[in-house]
Amino acid sequence: MGAVYRKELKSYFHSATGYTFIAVVLFLSGVFFFMTNITAYSAEMSSFFSMFQQIVVFIIPLLTMKIWADEKRNKTDQALLTAPVGLLSITLGKFFAAMTVYLVAISITVVYALTLASFASVDTLVIIGNVFGMILVGAAMIAIGMFISNLTESQIIAAVVTFGVALMLLLLQSFSTLSGLPEIVSQIILAASLFSRYQDFSVGIFSYADVIYYLSVATVFIFLTVRALEKRRWA
Amino acid sequence: MIEVNHLVKRYGSKTAVDDISFRVEDGEILGFLGPNGAGKTTTMNILSGYLSMTSGTVSIGGCDILTEPNRAKARIGYLPEHPPLYPDMTVRDYLYFIYDLKKVSLRRGPHLQEICDLVRISDVAGRIIKHLSKGYQQRVGLAQALIGNPEVLILDEPTVGLDPKQIIEIRNLIKSLGKQHTVIFSTHILSEVQAVCDRILVINEGRLVADDTPDDLSAKLMGGSRLAVRVAGPSDQVLRRLRELDGVKKVELQGIKERGTVDFLVETDEKLDVRRAMFDMLAENQWPLMGLRNSELNLEDIFLRLTAKEGEQPDAGKGPAGKGARQKGGKRKGAAQ
Repeated sequence: MGAVYRKELKSYFHSATGYTFIAVVLFLSGVFFFMTNITAYSAEMSSFFSMFQQIVVFIIPLLTMKIWADEKRNKTDQALLTAPVGLLSITLGKFFAAMTVYLVAISITVVYALTLASFASVDTLVIIGNVFGMILVGAAMIAIGMFISNLTESQIIAAVVTFGVALMLLLLQSFSTLSGLPEIVSQIILAASLFSRYQDFSVGIFSYADVIYYLSVATVFIFLTVRALEKRRWA
Repeated sequence: MIEVNHLVKRYGSKTAVDDISFRVEDGEILGFLGPNGAGKTTTMNILSGYLSMTSGTVSIGGCDILTEPNRAKARIGYLPEHPPLYPDMTVRDYLYFIYDLKKVSLRRGPHLQEICDLVRISDVAGRIIKHLSKGYQQRVGLAQALIGNPEVLILDEPTVGLDPKQIIEIRNLIKSLGKQHTVIFSTHILSEVQAVCDRILVINEGRLVADDTPDDLSAKLMGGSRLAVRVAGPSDQVLRRLRELDGVKKVELQGIKERGTVDFLVETDEKLDVRRAMFDMLAENQWPLMGLRNSELNLEDIFLRLTAKEGEQPDAGKGPAGKGARQKGGKRKGAAQ
């Protein structure tokens, strides 16, 4: 796992992918921070996080599109899959490398929080909750994106499909409020929505159900990625 | 070292590998010979654990590739048809990565240096892989397979895309590797297996058509020898006189390839050497002999003969189709050497 992790992490910075991802995240977070906190003379960060969190999810495909599609295109998956290493540890190596780049990018929010804290009193729990929530949403989205990247040889297709899935997950929340839906259906839709789960974190509430939800999504898609690799071997 | 039993691989309705069984002993160099699309790559992918088989078993040094994949894979160095290189990495970084990936216990610096010297890539170690020529990329691929000093080397068409000098280098390298490793390598060039291998497996349309040493295989296939003769003389008369010679079974007119001369293909009996008699006859008639060489069988001939043997049609290789294939094959072989 260590070898794959190090190689993946390096590959983000050998190509422009890692830099682009971080640059876009930094730029957008700067804009949002300027809008919601600086020009608004506010030390309240939850509106910043609610915008930032939804946008970041749409940039994650940039991080995940190449994970497997590129390996397949260059046929380098042959080196990985014929090495004496388990499929799970290869997959986890790749997952954690993407996670690392993601964490580096969103760690900028901590800088903003500290900046605010030096001028005014901030709600520490809200910030901790939001950062924690963003890590979980990111883990879930990266696992989904990695799975999708494993289904195709084309980075573009992987990125577009992942983007579409992210958009669907965002819209689920509004679907649940459609009139005429039976109560139970809208409950299920809401429970499955990647974003409605985030609400608790954004106000500083730590709920085990939500943590378990995000970790399960990540686990399921990592598992599916391993199965898909396994299946290709069997096909 | 390697045991393959009743290996079958189907892609949907297409059978890529059809019931292949063979064994490879320690330190043997096994040549895998077959035309493109014969199932060589599929077989090698299965041996290396990249693909799984539809049925049958593969065991590497006693470890089944399906039930103990990691132990089996640790014994294999695999160079696929397209070397699995990361274009954006430097050669050194790439080899370090493979070293880590394979969890090699040998000391990293000296081990990698030894491999780089062996395949002669030390001078490009700091360069980015995508900027290397095909020949160097192929060698980096070979270096990758050698990392960890695996007992078994599986090389899929290692000489494709190299220039003639590099081909000879790689062949010699494979030969020297064969002293310490068990090597399986595939090719569609007959002279290559003859030059390098202890044993040849011929595979066609997914089936094993021969499993023999190079000498036995050619002896079996020959059943007489063939001479390519170039004579400056009137073609019909020369043809008639050649046919009258003792020991000549068949003479085929090949046409004019050099101005003022005619080419013939003469098939003779195994035992009898007709060259002396032929020379005397031509000298007597004042028809200068411009060229005389043994015409070796090429891959197409081998397939035609082997498949003909199976179908009990010894003449199948001599029809017009056989001739066409022969000419095409001859050209390709010439280009490859």
